[in-house]
Amino acid sequence: MLQSRSLRFALPVLLAMALLPLGVGGYILGLLTIGCYYAVFAMSWDLLFGFAGEVNFGPTFLIGVGAYTAALLNHYWLWPIPACLAVGSLAAVIGGLVLAVPALRLTGPYFGLVTLVAVLMLQNLLVLFAGITGGEIGLDLPDVLSIDETTNYYYAFGFMTVTGAILFGLSRSPVGLILQASGQDAVEAAALGFNVTKHKIAAFCISAFFSGLAGGMLVFYFSTASVGTVVDIAVGVNVIIAAVLGGRRTIIGAAVGAIFLVAAGELLRPIGQLATFVVSAFALVVILFFPGGFLGRLLQDGGRE
Amino acid sequence: MRPLQILIDGFAISSLYALGATGFTLMFGVSGVLNLSHGAIMVVAAVIAWYVAGDLAAGPYWGALAGVATALAFAFITYRVIVRPIQNSPSIPREEKEIFVLTGTLLWGIMLQEAIAYLFTNNPKTVRPLITGVVEILGVRTPINEILTAALSWIAIGLLWLLVNRTRAGKALLAASINPRGLTLLGFELSRIYWLVWAIYGVLAGIAGVLLGAFLGVSSDNAGTLTASAFSIVVLGGLGSVSGSLIAAYVVGYLETLTAYTVAPSIRTLPVLLLLVAVVYVRPQGLLGRR
Repeated sequence: MLQSRSLRFALPVLLAMALLPLGVGGYILGLLTIGCYYAVFAMSWDLLFGFAGEVNFGPTFLIGVGAYTAALLNHYWLWPIPACLAVGSLAAVIGGLVLAVPALRLTGPYFGLVTLVAVLMLQNLLVLFAGITGGEIGLDLPDVLSIDETTNYYYAFGFMTVTGAILFGLSRSPVGLILQASGQDAVEAAALGFNVTKHKIAAFCISAFFSGLAGGMLVFYFSTASVGTVVDIAVGVNVIIAAVLGGRRTIIGAAVGAIFLVAAGELLRPIGQLATFVVSAFALVVILFFPGGFLGRLLQDGGRE
Repeated sequence: MRPLQILIDGFAISSLYALGATGFTLMFGVSGVLNLSHGAIMVVAAVIAWYVAGDLAAGPYWGALAGVATALAFAFITYRVIVRPIQNSPSIPREEKEIFVLTGTLLWGIMLQEAIAYLFTNNPKTVRPLITGVVEILGVRTPINEILTAALSWIAIGLLWLLVNRTRAGKALLAASINPRGLTLLGFELSRIYWLVWAIYGVLAGIAGVLLGAFLGVSSDNAGTLTASAFSIVVLGGLGSVSGSLIAAYVVGYLETLTAYTVAPSIRTLPVLLLLVAVVYVRPQGLLGRR
């Protein structure tokens, strides 16, 4: 029931997005390209929060580790892009394991703090070793994904669709159910004979893999890696807002929220400084009055079997 | 004279940290709320104090008073408009209230920060200190304002101690942090205690904000960092333990000052973060936390 509803919503939107390059200019495509990468960030975060029940305040730790590993390999050793992305996402998975260890021991605000500290440390280290990493200014990359807006858009769009399909399928599979159970009541899930530890570690690895890969692709899209685009706390806050805004525990909602945020930020550009204020206020209103997010209501009617 | 300098500067900054973190930890201890708009409220207090004292030419005393009053007002607004609706909402499951309060106050903090940046620009602002001038302490030239900052911080913390331990309302507050249900059984209105704790919180955050503005100066960009440092201090000391956060504030304050003087100011916060991770791994409940 739930599955068909989500799919009935997702398919027309995806079809429309696939045909978009026929109708709109490079500017909007560029915007949506970034939106697609943010969508992957938000969906990966939703897998950890919505399903595994882990409040990760530092999504940019995983994103940043993947992005900077890929960027450094390309900048200093001139590795080809696919190799950089592969090693980058692998590094992010290792980062995910580093986070998973405290996550299994700590709960609530304590784990949230560890993830926050992880981001701050990464940021501090990048600035401290500015000679190697480019620091606040950023690191220029010799390679770029593509210089054509349409190609770039299709890379990002295809990547988002595949990631979305995998994460959504996973969330609706028995594994997703076990994750949800261990997120809501770890003791009972373990008592029913499920291996909570194994499933949570798997969730961290999957979330980290896609975050890192998306981070890597994003820096190759920009052809530059900087703290402001892939590590800064503000980026992580946007990812969290996107997921909660779109509807937590829906995966697809996270993608909707992310594209909405990027689009809203752009539409509000004329009002300048106040744009962030308006977006935050809007998100706050959604959280206060429609805690289920955009998709919460849509999926809720008849969604619960 | 450098060790002495570190000792004096570290003491002033640590006292201020202690004051800033006290309200934050008290709030968590009593009502279980982590208020991520903490830094923004401090910045609002400082900027209003700066505006009233300088642009409105009302003098530093009225400025400080206006700053604290504004912080109090914003603390009430935070509780009434954001935290309470989330806590009472029937459509948010109990286990997710925490993340909603965190996200809600975070967004609120960003709104305050942006509003300040829009109305007063994000340039750093220094509040005019209550007393100007410099004294020499054993050969170290120290602004009187620095001594005043430490003294006022400790007076505020002392008054809080008296309030909590010596008054009926304060004892109810303490009881609420230990066993809220028991307190309601004794006929106390819990919601009134929550209003009280937000009032105390607002005054403490306001004083801390104004003192910070006079001592180091603030910009709206500092809001996030201020919240993060209060959060770190509180976790280091043990969530909800006031004496723990006082000790932790001194550890953090001195560690930062020491790093800034002996290594480099740019990596001031790194040793603190490392210590924090170590403590969270080895002793998740913090130095004096109870769990």
